[in-house]
Amino acid sequence: MTSLYGYEGPAAELVKEAGAKPGDLVEVSRPDGTRYRGVLMPRYALSGKPILVIKLDNGYNIGVRVTPGTRLRVIATREEVLKAARRSGAPAVIPLIEEQPPPGPKPRIMIIGTGGTIASKIEYETGAVKPAFSAEEILEAVPEIGFIADIEAEVLFNILSENMRPELWEKIAERVARHIAEGFNGIVITHGTDTMAYTAAALSFALRGLPVPVALVGAQRSSDRPSSDAAFNLHAAVLFAAKADAAEVAVVMHGEPSDSYALAHRGTKVRKMHTSRRDAFQSINSTPLARIVPKENKIEMLMKPLRRRGEEELRLENGFERKVALIKYYPGMYGEIIDVLVDKGYRGIVLEGTGLGHVGEWLIEPIKRAVEEGVAVVMTSQCLFGRVNMNVYTTGRKLIAAGVIPGGDMLPETAFVKLSWILHRVHDLKEVRRIFLENLAGEYNPRLTLRLYPRWPLNG
Amino acid sequence: MVDPKLDTSRYDPRSLGLKVGLEIHQQLDTRHKLFCNCPTKLVHGEAEEDIFYRRLRPTRSELGEVDVAALFEWRKGRIYEYHAPLNCSCLVEADEEPPHELNREALVIALAIAKALNSKPVDEIYVMRKIVIDGSNTTGFQRTAIVALGGYIDLPSGKRIGIQTIAVEEDAARKAGEKGTVTSYMLDRMGIPLIEISTAPDITSPEEAYETAHTIGQLLRLSGRVKRGIGTIRQDLNVSIKGGTKIEIKGVQLLDLLPKVVFYEAIRQARLLEIREELRRRGVTEEYIAENAVVKDVTSIFKKTKCKIIRKVIKKGGRVLALRLPGFHGLLGVEVEPGRRFGTELADYARFWGGVGGIFHSDELPAYGISEEELAEVYKELSADKDKDAVVLVADEEKKARKALEAVLDRAKYATKGVPPETRAALSDGTTRYMRPLPGSARMYPETDVPPFEVTEDVLAEAEKIKPVHPMVKLEELTRRYGLSKQLAKQLLHELRLDLFERLAAKYSDKVPATYIASIFTNLLRSLRREGVNIDNITDEDIEAIVKALAEHRIPKEAVEEIIRKAAETPSHDINKIIEEVASRRVSIEEVEKLVDEAVEKLKDEIRAKGMRALSKVMGLVMPKLRGRVEGRVVAEIAKKKIQEVLGG
Repeated sequence: MTSLYGYEGPAAELVKEAGAKPGDLVEVSRPDGTRYRGVLMPRYALSGKPILVIKLDNGYNIGVRVTPGTRLRVIATREEVLKAARRSGAPAVIPLIEEQPPPGPKPRIMIIGTGGTIASKIEYETGAVKPAFSAEEILEAVPEIGFIADIEAEVLFNILSENMRPELWEKIAERVARHIAEGFNGIVITHGTDTMAYTAAALSFALRGLPVPVALVGAQRSSDRPSSDAAFNLHAAVLFAAKADAAEVAVVMHGEPSDSYALAHRGTKVRKMHTSRRDAFQSINSTPLARIVPKENKIEMLMKPLRRRGEEELRLENGFERKVALIKYYPGMYGEIIDVLVDKGYRGIVLEGTGLGHVGEWLIEPIKRAVEEGVAVVMTSQCLFGRVNMNVYTTGRKLIAAGVIPGGDMLPETAFVKLSWILHRVHDLKEVRRIFLENLAGEYNPRLTLRLYPRWPLNG
Repeated sequence: MVDPKLDTSRYDPRSLGLKVGLEIHQQLDTRHKLFCNCPTKLVHGEAEEDIFYRRLRPTRSELGEVDVAALFEWRKGRIYEYHAPLNCSCLVEADEEPPHELNREALVIALAIAKALNSKPVDEIYVMRKIVIDGSNTTGFQRTAIVALGGYIDLPSGKRIGIQTIAVEEDAARKAGEKGTVTSYMLDRMGIPLIEISTAPDITSPEEAYETAHTIGQLLRLSGRVKRGIGTIRQDLNVSIKGGTKIEIKGVQLLDLLPKVVFYEAIRQARLLEIREELRRRGVTEEYIAENAVVKDVTSIFKKTKCKIIRKVIKKGGRVLALRLPGFHGLLGVEVEPGRRFGTELADYARFWGGVGGIFHSDELPAYGISEEELAEVYKELSADKDKDAVVLVADEEKKARKALEAVLDRAKYATKGVPPETRAALSDGTTRYMRPLPGSARMYPETDVPPFEVTEDVLAEAEKIKPVHPMVKLEELTRRYGLSKQLAKQLLHELRLDLFERLAAKYSDKVPATYIASIFTNLLRSLRREGVNIDNITDEDIEAIVKALAEHRIPKEAVEEIIRKAAETPSHDINKIIEEVASRRVSIEEVEKLVDEAVEKLKDEIRAKGMRALSKVMGLVMPKLRGRVEGRVVAEIAKKKIQEVLGG
């Protein structure tokens, strides 16, 4: 079956036959006498329906069904259309801000792109969104950051957030280390939001003795729309990277639905807690690290940072073990799931248990076997809030006896990243346990106070 | 020379080559909004709500284009305050959740209306984002989709008006206020489905514009699936005259204002062409203006001015800039619309592009505390000729003032060409003001969060079932089926609650005459509204309850007005309680007979003398005690009988 620009079947054949491509001005005529004239669009709907998508003169797209005898004719190619559009008076590019940043020394900030778009332009002919990646393009889109810092930018790679992998964490860590060595005063990493918290945790462990802030930033509304949170978040992230006296890895995103303040969350304590809200990222079992008000260029620290700027020197301890699994326990889960992992040569398993850190008692044997075979098994809680305590109930005590490492109040995702990082460098289970229980990057909060839990804002 | 005073009677829109196209926006009465599951109702009074604040950043096209209106608002630090009522808005309106799939119910209604307008449905409906950055959409764009192309509607006059496109779109948020740089909006209205019907520019007179809007409005109401009441239907216009330019006019809410807006715009364009001719006569060309225009800082002239506005500006460190408009003497005072002069048009540009409060110009000076001497100094400073040139003054921060005068100069240059293309806003007196430059065509791109909707045979069959009939067909139906007079049927056709009438007539017309039910709408409610009774408090359910009570003979017709008056007092009335109160006052036939007997006894002599002509006297004595408690017809019958007895006995 022919497939072309998202078209399949008869529609694809028609497009092929006419030699048409998206952006061409075409005319579709059907045997019933109906005629449509417009720009051919690619079909983004994933369905093989025999429908051509045409952008009419008034800017609207419509779908035209391909019936037997339908004809397609190219009137003008995309190149000709664009040329004509440019000829008829290319508009002067008006800068968003007229003022230029005052001269003088400013902090040097490197923006590393890994995916998502923080700045983009819309190609109105096809509706395609073109990401802007160069420093010039970013500054054109978010000129405010030029007043805070001297911006440089590079694209490390451009992937969808869900396609992030440990080998890419390693690449990012390596790149950040290089830029810090080059003398940058702060690093901003743009990242898709789905897995941003994992990457933040990975960098928190790999960048030992970090001397400058590293801010991960993303957008919950894409940057091609006027209401996008991208510019606000980037502004806040650059501000944090350039000005905060907190040399640690943080996720910087909206603090509430309003464009009022952003929050910087510690990289090991942060989690995406909502599928779509701007303030999806929340600190769990911890207050946020800082509140940032971009409009006033203000940063307010909400807790003591792990390190101040320049307090230590960077030691890159890169590398993550791939044979580690993160498993959520559910009622009735079979022990064979653990067995399979052990048999497949997995070296670490992080369990997301119930409540204080439990699993069905029939899993105790398989877990025991796993530990005996040298697999590191960590227990965290699917409650997310609060810490595991495996001394309160029998099952917990049996799990401890089986050799399970309690994960404290650590997030399951952070525990997964930490275990992957430890297992890359240590083999002895005793040593693994010792390092795991150490608070390396603020992943443990030894004191959970009453207010570290969200409550409903009820009146009265 | 153009007469500065405008005499509107001199202008005949027909001979000006008037062409008008309408864009009619009507809210659909669906269960849910277009892209989420919130109900399509508005908040009245206090409601529990969340509030949040946003800014909207202008997006850039591939060619680097930015919407200037949006850019200016953003630069000014414009903040939008959104009120999100819990009952009728959710994360989708707050732009905190992607839109859901297109509301099928709305599409079916729109397709039904498209069919009634002889329009051809598209095969697949694509949702687009139309950039609108005035904050009225939290997203910064309006979601809109074409459902059908082409078509026509025949007017009662016999003229056929073409239809270009029919679209469904989401309604915008309701503006709730503006304070400094904060504009606030209410999110209840945002997302209610609208149908947008765009006619071809086939309309050639103000009256025809009214007739078109009216006929399409009636057709929409006849679907029984659209909202009614103020603000549920809005018209935008495209107006041009021969030699003029297509001007977009936004936001005509009252149908009655429509012909006036069209007429005034035709006149405005004609006046601008007259100004152009005058400039040509004077030999003033664009080049001449460019070469001879002068901008100077004249702050020193106004050091001791009596003009309060200027004094305040200077005190705050602002400047007074003056512009010489060569060859424009007398033209800035030319009225282009009633009460709006060419100078007002220039001031609109100064406000929009420079962000200043306004301008002073020589055709209105000396005034506002600016003296003859100061004006003379300004002329001197600009080397301007008092009998040839015009002078424009702006007092503000220097940067803003300079931009304002640049815009004034550009607008003045355009006067040599004719009517500049603009988007204008309709004002309540029928005139319009400059709102912004025409948006470029490049403001529409696909809404990739919403999958396209295929228009299948099933969907079209559903639409066919609810396709509204043409108003003229309906008229015939009303007279035939319910025995209404042509006049009553016509009046009823204007009635917003026509569908309610039809429902009630079908249900109760064997007990309550359809003509009476019709008259509740066409006479009673209308005359009460004219009187100032708050008819908005009367719901469909109220009217149904009243008709039902009539059908069950629980109340007399005479009591209907009283019940409605009482119910209209509060929005939270209990209609059944009010009806019960009235019903309980009903008197028995025996009581009526007793009262009539008393009256007849009293008037015995007169009855004997005048015979049946004394009936009115008897009624006059009895009715004050019985009004609203029994039907007058019943009393009259008894009275007649009793009089007969006196005469016969």
